[in-house]
Amino acid sequence: MGETISETKTPRRISSFFLIIIVVTLALSIVAIFSGVNAYISGDSGTVYPSLLIGVSGLALSAYMLFQTRRRTMQIAIKMQPVTTTIRCRKCGFKNLREFQRGDYIFKEAEECPKCTEKMQIASIYREAKENE
Amino acid sequence: MIPNVAQLVPTEDNLIGWILQIAWLGFFVVFMFYGQRIQIYVMLREIEGSLRRVKYIKDEGRKDAISTIKELGKPKEDPTARVDRFLEYIAIQPMNMDPTGIVWKLEHILDVRDVRFEDEVKLMAPEADETQIKNLENTLEAALALNYIYKIIRHFYMLGKKTLSLYVIMQLQMVLPLVMREAEAFASALKAFTYGQPIGDGAGALVAAQLMQGHEKKKIAKDIVMATVPFEGRKAYVLKAEGPGGNVGKPGEAIKKILEDNKGKIATIVVIDAALKFEGEKAGDVAEGVGVAIGGPGVEQFKSEETILKYKVPVNAVVIKEDIRDAVSPLRKEIFEAANTAIDRIRRLILERTKEGDAVIIAGIGNTIGIGQ
Repeated sequence: MGETISETKTPRRISSFFLIIIVVTLALSIVAIFSGVNAYISGDSGTVYPSLLIGVSGLALSAYMLFQTRRRTMQIAIKMQPVTTTIRCRKCGFKNLREFQRGDYIFKEAEECPKCTEKMQIASIYREAKENE
Repeated sequence: MIPNVAQLVPTEDNLIGWILQIAWLGFFVVFMFYGQRIQIYVMLREIEGSLRRVKYIKDEGRKDAISTIKELGKPKEDPTARVDRFLEYIAIQPMNMDPTGIVWKLEHILDVRDVRFEDEVKLMAPEADETQIKNLENTLEAALALNYIYKIIRHFYMLGKKTLSLYVIMQLQMVLPLVMREAEAFASALKAFTYGQPIGDGAGALVAAQLMQGHEKKKIAKDIVMATVPFEGRKAYVLKAEGPGGNVGKPGEAIKKILEDNKGKIATIVVIDAALKFEGEKAGDVAEGVGVAIGGPGVEQFKSEETILKYKVPVNAVVIKEDIRDAVSPLRKEIFEAANTAIDRIRRLILERTKEGDAVIIAGIGNTIGIGQ
């Protein structure tokens, strides 16, 4: 009965305002990097570092924003953990553990005991929760 | 070499420096005037993600409910339209401007609702037996709750988007984590109900079921069974909702009947129920106190309190701690094991507070789905 359901991808409309911000940041970052490289070639060491710093951070920022617009596949938290049914013989104490089946309920009469042929009973139905629950 | 900040200031021949400077100024101005709007868009995006998630959960729930009805009820015609109508069902609370007698009005509304739900399920699933009907009723109620949660979130999301009011959006965003927890809890409840698995809320019913094992049971109120059990030299009237179908019954009615039948000669009443735990507390912890531990809309608690007050009977509560997800998810091992701890507490309580030969009431409260007697 253990099941995990994940959501499917669907196309998403990106806001034009958001797209303009990304494009402007990207363009400015490229210009800044270009300026840094130019400064380095012409030997203007004072402009190299600020231009490259601005360019790289702008590039990282626009890349992050672009990445955020991608629709991520979400894992929906409908995770059913296995539910165990314990069947016990009231006479000899024989115990049998199995996966829950539809129709099981606590104190329901179950099949005959393989040891003493007495009718067994469902003693418990439970799930074992994860540590972090 | 560490660059000098002054070098960032453009000189006459530095065109790129000018462009960068203007761009940063532009950013500053945009964030100054449109900062709140950007914040609103970020919040709306977050809410939109949660809304899509709830929609997915609700749609899955609806599909599960329909397929279970088809599987168990074997209807001649497709139940989808009837299920969709059911998911839009509303129950209007009685008017509370004059609160006198409101409990009885509420009880009547709830009774009518129960009968209506049962009739609807019988029409949807004509081949289902009594237990399956109760479980399907619970399944549909969970699907209805999910549909309602989705509609509430969508309502405030769309309202926020239309008005662009930071305060409407912020309120929704603040409660969203709690609402999502509730939605996820209902999703796992729906799964448990479709299979007829016992849930955490049934902890009280489980305690009563263990106590009444091997004794004759009889029905004493709507969907409530009772057994007279010898318990540490006392006569215990043990009651719970009739299982194994999903059912809470009318325990207040049952307590009232036992008290009146015994003319109030009951030494003590012990009510066992599941209770919401605080974060940090362990699921399955047992606590005790005084009062009538009956959850729900309050009608059954009110009825019990009225009769208990009339006969001045001491009333004790034993609660098994769990969170909202545990309460509606398949029974956790810790909660199942807590039933034995609760029985020990009841034993000690009765030994300390009553004399041999006394009569006591032990009421196990909660949804008895997946728990027989």
